[in-house]
Amino acid sequence: MNDRHDKNEKPQRRRFLECMAWAGAGAVWMMKGGIAHASAMGSANAASDATFRFVQISDSHIGFHQAPNPDPLATLRETIAHINAQPQRPDFIVHTGDLTHLSKPEQFDTVKQVLSEAKVDQVFFIPGEHDVIGDNGKAFFDRFGSGVSGGGWHSFDHHAVHFIALVNVLNLQAGGLGFLGTEQLAWLKQDVADLSASTPIVVLAHMPMWSLYPQWGWGTQDSAQALELLKRFGSVTVLNGHIHQIQQTIEGQVTFYTARSTAYPQPAPGQGPAPGPLKDLPASQLRKHIGLREVRHVRGSQAIAITDAALA
Amino acid sequence: MFRRSLLSVALFLPLAASAATPAVSKYQVEIRNFHFMPAEITVPAGAEVTWTNTDEEPHIVVSTGNQFPSSPALDTGDHYQATFAKPGTYTYFCSIHPQMVGTIVVK
Repeated sequence: MNDRHDKNEKPQRRRFLECMAWAGAGAVWMMKGGIAHASAMGSANAASDATFRFVQISDSHIGFHQAPNPDPLATLRETIAHINAQPQRPDFIVHTGDLTHLSKPEQFDTVKQVLSEAKVDQVFFIPGEHDVIGDNGKAFFDRFGSGVSGGGWHSFDHHAVHFIALVNVLNLQAGGLGFLGTEQLAWLKQDVADLSASTPIVVLAHMPMWSLYPQWGWGTQDSAQALELLKRFGSVTVLNGHIHQIQQTIEGQVTFYTARSTAYPQPAPGQGPAPGPLKDLPASQLRKHIGLREVRHVRGSQAIAITDAALA
Repeated sequence: MFRRSLLSVALFLPLAASAATPAVSKYQVEIRNFHFMPAEITVPAGAEVTWTNTDEEPHIVVSTGNQFPSSPALDTGDHYQATFAKPGTYTYFCSIHPQMVGTIVVK
């Protein structure tokens, strides 16, 4: 159906890449028609003809105050300083959730204030499960949900790329994972109905949209239904947070990336007793495991270039 | 009517959760490493259960089916207490991390 693929090439399925080794290195991943090509930063392939770039940050957890990072506000500020120091200004920043640790008003206000120091025109915020504690997200949406109706999900277009911001941290069921719900899926169906299949799609959601590690809640119960609605598109990039590390997988034309936190890392799937902070990490190592991501869209080729940068 | 009044008693007993509240219940559930430990406990009718969160992450105790009131968000060191007057099986989970589930069996 998609003539972009070599029909003799075996489709890549659920290929897991351990990306913890990227700490401190700048690697550029180009997504083209669902196939990933890696190249070193600065090479000719490094998206020098990008039409626009944006930055993803995630899991700032303002209000957290324990090992391995008693001051996530400081590392969030360092992250913004890093963004501001780049020679080219990103068009916008997306924060893929867990802005705060406990959904407290002062924590939200701090995040809003720090992000206002970024030299960008716009910041988009997606809620994490730590942002909707006790109030179904009212404090979050009061601050960051302007222009958004219904359950807080929305979409926007930027330079012919269609961005879809999903909320998969509300109405969580016992024993379950992230959750989208029928109302959000119905909205998604009509949201993409009139788009041509060559429109590049970027999906933003806090919890991973694939079954990365269900034992730790790392997945979304009904994400398969969302992806079914997107399967006709030639290029779909899913950007998630929640797990405080980079993990990646590819399913057909869809590439999924989770992001580092700006606060603290968590263990790789199953490599620890629980998905909590890596509290034994020495302070000197912290900044190798937290950071940000730059995403560049290459005009006309449906290619999305990802560059992950740690703070050290 | 008798059954309803028992339920009201269970609902309106003091359920303060703060680090200053001493955990004096005989029946304790520790929240550690994203698990309720023990995952299932059996208590007599009228027993009070205390949850204590020792994780670095906050957790919230929510009854499936709203059989007892939800806790507030429990930060590290916080406690939550609920009293179970009526026999039955009460399943609950953490609404932030729903893969965490537990059961109180009241005999």
